[in-house]
Amino acid sequence: MAARIITITSGKGGVGKTTATANIGVGLAEMGKKVTCIDSDIGLRNLDVVLGLENRIVYDLVDVIEGHCKVNQAMIRDKRFENLFLIPAAQTREKNSVTPSEMIDLCESIRSEMDYILIDSPAGIEGGFKNAIAPADEAIVVTNPDVSAVRDADRIIGLIEAAEKGPARLILNRINPEMIKRGDMMEAGDVLELLAIKLLGIVPDDENVLISTNRGQPVVLNQKSRAGQAFRNIAARITGSEVPFLDINQKDDFMKRLSKVFSKEG
Amino acid sequence: MADWLKKLSREDSADTAKERLKLVLIHDRTNLTTRALDDMKDELIEVISRHVAIDATEVKITMKHEGREQRLICDIPVLPK
Repeated sequence: MAARIITITSGKGGVGKTTATANIGVGLAEMGKKVTCIDSDIGLRNLDVVLGLENRIVYDLVDVIEGHCKVNQAMIRDKRFENLFLIPAAQTREKNSVTPSEMIDLCESIRSEMDYILIDSPAGIEGGFKNAIAPADEAIVVTNPDVSAVRDADRIIGLIEAAEKGPARLILNRINPEMIKRGDMMEAGDVLELLAIKLLGIVPDDENVLISTNRGQPVVLNQKSRAGQAFRNIAARITGSEVPFLDINQKDDFMKRLSKVFSKEG
Repeated sequence: MADWLKKLSREDSADTAKERLKLVLIHDRTNLTTRALDDMKDELIEVISRHVAIDATEVKITMKHEGREQRLICDIPVLPK
């Protein structure tokens, strides 16, 4: 076994990196893969609460790197899946308490025991991002269909290419079909054209994401949620399965196309 | 029906977002400002005019992007002898 190391990043904060990391991790674990999620957002850790594992933390990422514990002592086993682990970030330390080469060493030390290592990157383009991207074999960029998130995504895609970790793949999060229909939200095609990268998945805006985060139960476990389905599809695509993209506009497709034709030519 | 009637009366904000982003990304990716492009155009006109007669008023310099690659396109009409 030799894990693929995937860094989930975005540039802008609040677009859903941690939610994506948690759901992809759980999605892969549900498929029987052995997964470790690493929260590299030192000082602002959150992957633990999204996964519902906050009460189990004893050691963290910085403890491992500073030699206070062995790596497996900081690996928290998930409550639901015995093949899913979390290495939490330190909450009371600073970003610069870790270096890129220490992150590489840490990931390499568990690579042979895992199928996937997912690294949840902090927002920004500074040291925290550099630590998160250094060990990566590949990168996933999460964005929302708004001008600032797309602009920051473009910046981070450039940095991923410069770090020779490209080509990155895109998760377009919080798509609102109603707003797209009204012409008030960019469609996936628009964002992909602007960013010129491959699509990994489209996640619809879904209140179940917040509800499941409230409970520490990632939405990917909710079989009825559209966002959950989207994350299950993303996890499957990561393993190499060809899964068709969700039809975000399940209804009213014809009317939408018709009105587009009218508005362009009229 | 009301939906597309409304569309006729104003540009979709999604289209506005896309157009604005197109321009912003070009500049973000290259660090070239409109001002720098203008300066470059003036300098190009000066250099090329030393060798061949051109129509300086019709010189156009634009940034095109194909995928994630940026290309500087310069259109310089040469005056007939």
